[in-house]
Amino acid sequence: MSKENNLMGWIDARFPLTKMWEDHLSKYYAPKNFNFWYFFGSLALLVLVLQIVTGIFLTMHYKPDGAMAFASVEYIMRDVDWGWLLRYMHSTGASAFFVVVYLHMFRGLMYGSYQRPRELLWLFGMLIFLALMAEAFMGYLLPWGQMSYWGAQVIISLFGAIPVIGDDITLWIRGDFVISDATLNRFFALHVIAVPLILVMLVVMHVLALHEVGSNNPDGVEIKKNKDENGIPVDGIPFHPYYSVKDIVGVVVFLILFSVVVFFMPEMNGYFLEYANFEPANPFKTPEHIAPVWYFTPFYAILRAVPDKLMGVIGMFSAIIVLFLLPWFDRGKVHSIRYRSNAFKYLLIMFCISFVALGYLGAIPATEGRTWAARLFTLGYFGYFFGLWFISKNENTKPVPERVTS
Amino acid sequence: MSSDVDNSRRRFLTAATTVVGGAGVVAVAVPFLASWNPSARAKSAGAPVEANISKLEAGQQIIVKWQGKPVWIVRRDDEALATLSKIEPELRDVMSDESIQPAYAKNEHRSIKPEYLVVVGICTHLGCSPTYRPEITADWMGGFFCPCHGSKFDFAGRVFKGVPAPTNLVIPPHKFAAENVVLIGEDGEA
Repeated sequence: MSKENNLMGWIDARFPLTKMWEDHLSKYYAPKNFNFWYFFGSLALLVLVLQIVTGIFLTMHYKPDGAMAFASVEYIMRDVDWGWLLRYMHSTGASAFFVVVYLHMFRGLMYGSYQRPRELLWLFGMLIFLALMAEAFMGYLLPWGQMSYWGAQVIISLFGAIPVIGDDITLWIRGDFVISDATLNRFFALHVIAVPLILVMLVVMHVLALHEVGSNNPDGVEIKKNKDENGIPVDGIPFHPYYSVKDIVGVVVFLILFSVVVFFMPEMNGYFLEYANFEPANPFKTPEHIAPVWYFTPFYAILRAVPDKLMGVIGMFSAIIVLFLLPWFDRGKVHSIRYRSNAFKYLLIMFCISFVALGYLGAIPATEGRTWAARLFTLGYFGYFFGLWFISKNENTKPVPERVTS
Repeated sequence: MSSDVDNSRRRFLTAATTVVGGAGVVAVAVPFLASWNPSARAKSAGAPVEANISKLEAGQQIIVKWQGKPVWIVRRDDEALATLSKIEPELRDVMSDESIQPAYAKNEHRSIKPEYLVVVGICTHLGCSPTYRPEITADWMGGFFCPCHGSKFDFAGRVFKGVPAPTNLVIPPHKFAAENVVLIGEDGEA
């Protein structure tokens, strides 16, 4: 027995280190036919770590104070050694997080990764998405620019649409009659402590749920149905080293693209960092055109498309709620788009076009024509879920293979 | 031994412990949640503020800070006041029945003196601050326009139909402390 084995033995008798390594990495059998779309889960994890690390270092220089916040961000950008890099990594990381998560979710839609038995996995994922949106929203207030201020004012005012208690709730969230130092301070606390803690816990639950039911794959075939004499799925390969190595390729490509943005276009033409935010918050003057950061614009377009305040807010939140309920809207048994009907493909295309179009419309000023377009695409967005419910009951599917195809 | 277990007693004790413990959790949650309310300092910043309007000319707008909010004082000329009755059919809440204002400002011009409009400059939709657009054109009767979501208000802060804002702009409690001094945040008699 080597010394290492003795040490491992000593540890394993006290903590399930080897067991955890095997359960989640070296003996976690994932389907062998993962494709491009399976990069985004591990990339999301990478971005989470990146955001936590850059965030911790930013808090060492940032001042969560209405009178000092804007200047402290300028200070980080100009005077702190490499401060600009930390800040651009963090701001680009926020957008990268949503790029990766949206692609990860799209993968789920395509291959039916939310379907039985992965409903809870999907729900944990949706809770992560929700926490991520809260995290991004509160983080955006911290630079205390014009867009920070008025964006927060609009979003918090959404709660004012709740009948009877709405105004008291907005007052309670803000801690003042308007967005103020009190609001900034509590958002800072939530952004750096509370929400990240919740996010990390949800990610752990998401991964545990995944490893309990096993990964889906582009064929939507359950590999656990077909095991060898040792109980190992014949179409499964251990996550480590096969997918850990594959994911490193994804990481390298991702980091190249990420670096291009961080070093050459950190503002991304006003989509990652909006121009109005280079002006300090002014409670007396709303910018001429206010729009949320790009990752919120699809939902914002739905809010704007409805002419009634309460109904607009309900519409916007419903757009998230229907995503939560997706496993129950889809009554189909076939998982993967490869073997689903043409009707499903058309619906998914319609959904993607609607989502992207809403994102575009939410980023530009509203005109009458655009508002009508936004209404049309809002129907397209919700139409996916109801259409799916309708077509999936008796869907004209292709035969699903017994084993994964390569 | 197991046959001696009194299950109903056990259930009662479990339920009673849960209820007492739950009440404790709720009681402890109160201070945490209440700490989010506006602090004493934030509330005291809501004290009334004075604005001198002696230099305000017809058609002009000044902005005063009250409770951290922008409060506009607009001196409307006769032309602007004349628009108020003309556009009534286009308004959602002509008589301000569903809007917030002190009783003494619940009239057509929504003010104590017809000339001076004192109004909180925050859109009743989602809290942006509308811009003052006094120039009267063929398709715009003058008033306020909210850049965020396109809500429109007339010269008395009354909301148009077909825009997202649900109610008229809020009129704060205010009074004329002297001929040319407006006190915002304190009620006066009509």
